[in-house]
Amino acid sequence: MIALDAAAPRARVAPRNQVLLALVLVAVLAAAGAGFVSAAPNRLVSGTAVTLKQCAPPLSTAALTVLGLLLLALAFAPPTRWRDYLAAGLAGGALIATLAAAGAAAAALAVGAGATTTISLGAAVWAVFACAALALIDALRRAAIGPAAQLLAAALAVATFLAMAKTGWFDALSLAREYAGRRDVFAAAAVRHVALVAGSIAPALLAGVPLGLLAHRRPRLEAPIFTTLNLVQTVPSIALFGLLIEPLSGLASTLPLLGRMGVGGVGPAPAVIALTLYGLLPIARNALAGLASVAPAALDAGRGMGMTRGQLFRRLEVPLALPVLLAGLRIVLVQTIGLAVVAALIGAGGLGTFVFDGLGQYATDLVLLGALPAIAMALAADFLLRLATGAVMRRAVP
Amino acid sequence: MIEIDAVSKSYDGRAVVRDLTLTVPAGALCVLLGPSGCGKSTTLRMINRLVPFDSGAIRVNGEDVLGVATETLRRRIGYAIQSTGLFPHWRVADNIATVPRLLDWRPERVRDRVDELLTLLRLDPAIYAGKFPHQLSGGEQQRVGVARALAADPDILLMDEPFAAVDPITRDALQSELARIHQATGKTIVFVTHDIEEALRLATVIAIMERGRLAQLGTPLEIVEQPASDFVRDFVGVQGIGLKLLSVRRVGERVRRGETAAGAAIGAEASLADALGAMIARRADRLPVADERGETVGAVTLADLVR
Repeated sequence: MIALDAAAPRARVAPRNQVLLALVLVAVLAAAGAGFVSAAPNRLVSGTAVTLKQCAPPLSTAALTVLGLLLLALAFAPPTRWRDYLAAGLAGGALIATLAAAGAAAAALAVGAGATTTISLGAAVWAVFACAALALIDALRRAAIGPAAQLLAAALAVATFLAMAKTGWFDALSLAREYAGRRDVFAAAAVRHVALVAGSIAPALLAGVPLGLLAHRRPRLEAPIFTTLNLVQTVPSIALFGLLIEPLSGLASTLPLLGRMGVGGVGPAPAVIALTLYGLLPIARNALAGLASVAPAALDAGRGMGMTRGQLFRRLEVPLALPVLLAGLRIVLVQTIGLAVVAALIGAGGLGTFVFDGLGQYATDLVLLGALPAIAMALAADFLLRLATGAVMRRAVP
Repeated sequence: MIEIDAVSKSYDGRAVVRDLTLTVPAGALCVLLGPSGCGKSTTLRMINRLVPFDSGAIRVNGEDVLGVATETLRRRIGYAIQSTGLFPHWRVADNIATVPRLLDWRPERVRDRVDELLTLLRLDPAIYAGKFPHQLSGGEQQRVGVARALAADPDILLMDEPFAAVDPITRDALQSELARIHQATGKTIVFVTHDIEEALRLATVIAIMERGRLAQLGTPLEIVEQPASDFVRDFVGVQGIGLKLLSVRRVGERVRRGETAAGAAIGAEASLADALGAMIARRADRLPVADERGETVGAVTLADLVR
């Protein structure tokens, strides 16, 4: 005991939360060295990077500095619940301060610049933003807050961002200008994106779950089913989209009714088919894994106590397999939201439209206008389904 | 009463149970005993038709099991297995309520029955009813497994090595518990085990099986004292046979009525092995003996044990 006491003062100097310490250091390095925003006379020319020091918007820079110092201090604080709550609050503040600083820096640069001047977000903004986000996630995980509080925190973050956007805080950024110019088509593209994803996930579930069930009930069919689904998975997405053009346009021309319903070689039809095919493997795989994870002793006991086949399925197999199936659904949802971006290539619409327009015009901010909402959508889907899985697992179904 | 009448079962041409005839009288605790692969578990599972048999007949309380719908039959017979088979996503109360709910009991009646069974198994309903199986120790899980098998108050209980997966001390406690419940309820119990000590301790009648056939049927005493074949003799074990004899005889059989001795009394229902253990522990050669009401009825001496 005496030896331990003697060692204690030295141990206190060591960081208690290495993750937080590393994140703060990376953020400081990025803010000091890399470009915070970049300005270009027009969108065809690459911009010149401006560091935070050069453009320093006073208020938000001060806020970032203070928040950074406080987080640094917290990295050395003893682990308590309140430290984690405080860290979460501070990291959330840093997240908003980063956005505020970016908006303010852009506004400062835009003063007196030409109308065609484009101001983009620099590497430092992304790095600091990412560090703040990771610190927030780390703190929330350590604090182990409940699902309701998680939902509230997420809603608060989204609301703050929307409020800042609404008040014109980001208007000087070219990303906001690209959005302003496409306000009407943006909403339609986002809705189309959601429709493509929903339209693919639903049939993938409807076919994938029974395939997993079939493989579970008839082990002899497992190999052929999964070999086929694996094969589909190996075809590159762009190639699959391309391969579907020929047969579908042929189908539409032989059956005009289908053509009038919107089925054709290009457009949403081949996109939905391809996305469904990609979703099948993870869903069927996880349905099978979920069913296989049900303890044989539980099934034997259920049968021995006189449960019918239907009761065994509904009361034991389904609820016990559900968490694994939901984990598979989460993977598929995130994967499909990303793949649906590529579907714009064959005229399916969605957020990918902006990505490919941006690529064609060499306009990075237009690419981001498509990519960032898709990423946000994937994160939101992942987050919500994670909460739903937790709720299902907590609920006892008698 | 369970009548197994010339029943045979084979898997892929390999006979597992051969022409087995066995009657378990009402109120008996019949232990099916034998090495692994002797067909004891299959025999048990044929009674509630978890395993279909090829030929012969099985009657439960005089009724042919093939004449009843399988689900109806199984809901009438309690079933408890090794590693409990508790449903991990259901609370203890819901697990115990399985069969009553399958039988559409009213919710109040189900709740009362769950409380009654938890109390019978010495688990406080206020603490245990709301827990999930993974929050229980192995012994507590087995208790819940037994409570679940008793839930709809079946006449017959089938137990397939229910205590095989718990540590020796817990197993000992569970065995006492089962013996107590058997005496209190008078259920007919068929109990599968490969543990000879467990069989001698619990059984009113033991059926020793050898490669699908009945090797010997008898009381624990008969099995130990008059083994019918070399197989039975070997299985019961030549080593420690003396101690096994002590474990199947009760103190009540050897008591010297009216005599007294110093120290705490031992129950008349305790085995002679227990009495010997107590004598060694206390360094005494005489023990007072008490009846089930706790009143001293006499004494037992070291010499009485080996008589």
